Amino acid sequence: MEAFELLSFGDAGWGDEIASGVLVTVALSLLTLPIGLFVGLLVALAKQSSEKTLRVSADIYTTIFRGLPELLTIFIVYFGLQIAVRNTALMLGFKTGFEINSFVAGMIALALVFSSYASEVFTSAFKAIPKGQYEGAHALGLSRSRTMYKIIFPQLIKISLPGLGNLWMILLKDTALISAIGLADIMRQTRIAAGVTKEAFMFYGIACLLFLVLALLSSIVFSRIEAATKRSEAYGEVEK
Amino acid sequence: MNGHQTSKIPFSGNSSLPSRSAPIAAPKLWNGERIAGNAILAIWLCAAVFLIWWLVSVWDSDLMAKYTPKYLKGLKTTLVLVGWSLVLGAVLSILIAFLRMSKNKLLGGIGYGYVYFFRGTPLITQLFLIYYGLGSFREELESVGLWGFFRDAWNCALFAFTLNTAAYQAEILRGAIESVTKDQWEGAKSLGLSKWQTYRHIVIPQAAIVALRPYGNEIILMLKASAIVALVTVFDLMGETRRAFSRTFDFQTYIYAALLYLSIVEIVRNVVNFVERRLTRHLQR
Repeated sequence: MEAFELLSFGDAGWGDEIASGVLVTVALSLLTLPIGLFVGLLVALAKQSSEKTLRVSADIYTTIFRGLPELLTIFIVYFGLQIAVRNTALMLGFKTGFEINSFVAGMIALALVFSSYASEVFTSAFKAIPKGQYEGAHALGLSRSRTMYKIIFPQLIKISLPGLGNLWMILLKDTALISAIGLADIMRQTRIAAGVTKEAFMFYGIACLLFLVLALLSSIVFSRIEAATKRSEAYGEVEK
Repeated sequence: MNGHQTSKIPFSGNSSLPSRSAPIAAPKLWNGERIAGNAILAIWLCAAVFLIWWLVSVWDSDLMAKYTPKYLKGLKTTLVLVGWSLVLGAVLSILIAFLRMSKNKLLGGIGYGYVYFFRGTPLITQLFLIYYGLGSFREELESVGLWGFFRDAWNCALFAFTLNTAAYQAEILRGAIESVTKDQWEGAKSLGLSKWQTYRHIVIPQAAIVALRPYGNEIILMLKASAIVALVTVFDLMGETRRAFSRTFDFQTYIYAALLYLSIVEIVRNVVNFVERRLTRHLQR
């Protein structure tokens, strides 16, 4: 009975605070995803390049952001950006009380991490596409960008989907770390609730359950998407 | 090659010259990719030079003398914590992997539930659940004499990490064992090998090679994930860094931590690569 009261919405309970935390967690992950995917694809393309300087640059990027602990990346982005902006402003001759939003800092940090892992997934997917696909497209007279857009990317997405699904789960879980710089996500809201009510086990248990629910929902969505890509495969078989 | 062959065609009174293939176009010296690559590399280089210049310009020997031993102590804490949890987790993971592979529905369900829980929730939530959450059961824990263990943040971190990595390692183990095909088992059986002998001589040697890379990745993931113990008052490398930053407000504290973490991860990665190359010599062509 007491648990119901603590979890109710409104002044007495923590239900509404925790629900807003869920929204923040989901929003942060959903907004980070497209940025991470786009940058990751660019990095993967750079790794595919015949140009050595481009490959080396991409490798430096992934080495750094795959090697740093996520929490450290978050702190470095959060404090580093703040200091960098303040010092640049001072150099230009004016003072700012600039404070970076923890949501934005978290998004940047998680996008850096996500994109470097995603680039690995895309790179191995690129390797799985046979050379004949490029040659066939060339023989049909398709330009390079059209080859990529029409021939390579559709296959690339299908191959890299399971890997990207894993990365999405990791991203979802990594958002919990952003609570360390003050973002009001699931983790922080349950932490506040635990501190106030002294019911730590219950509230952290609820945080675990919420993450499990999010993971479950994600796996349902992903299996739908995977089924959708497989469907095109089935049509291809029939047409043969 | 082509030109050489065509020139061999005997002269047949036809006055036209034998056809030759067009010369291969010389590669362009500067294309878009090369410009972009050089530009980005130049940016990286500038960033590195700037970082070194900045670290030199803010060099503070007092700060160094004060915090270097602390960082090294923190580093040791990190390595000991990760090392122990990986070893204990490996032991636990054997049990969980066999639960997971069990044909008994209940046992299989327990294994599946364990793995799903620990892989589906953030490590930091698990750590908080154990460190702060178990405080709710203080009396019960005191009555069984475990409160002394769970009161200490380091112990809680070790406990949480062990449970967490056991779930991941169990999946690695299961995947590796299941990657050994059924005919290997049948072959062993026809040779009259017992189950244990089959594991010892047939399955494990093949599974180990499959599991090697994921195990290496798990070591690196744990090294990185261990940074979160700083949030429950354990002074590992990250904890010492946070303490140093909160006292000095000097951003270089974070940069040195980043360099330390990067070097450890790179060392581990290269060692794993070396071991893998060494153990798969017989597979390399």
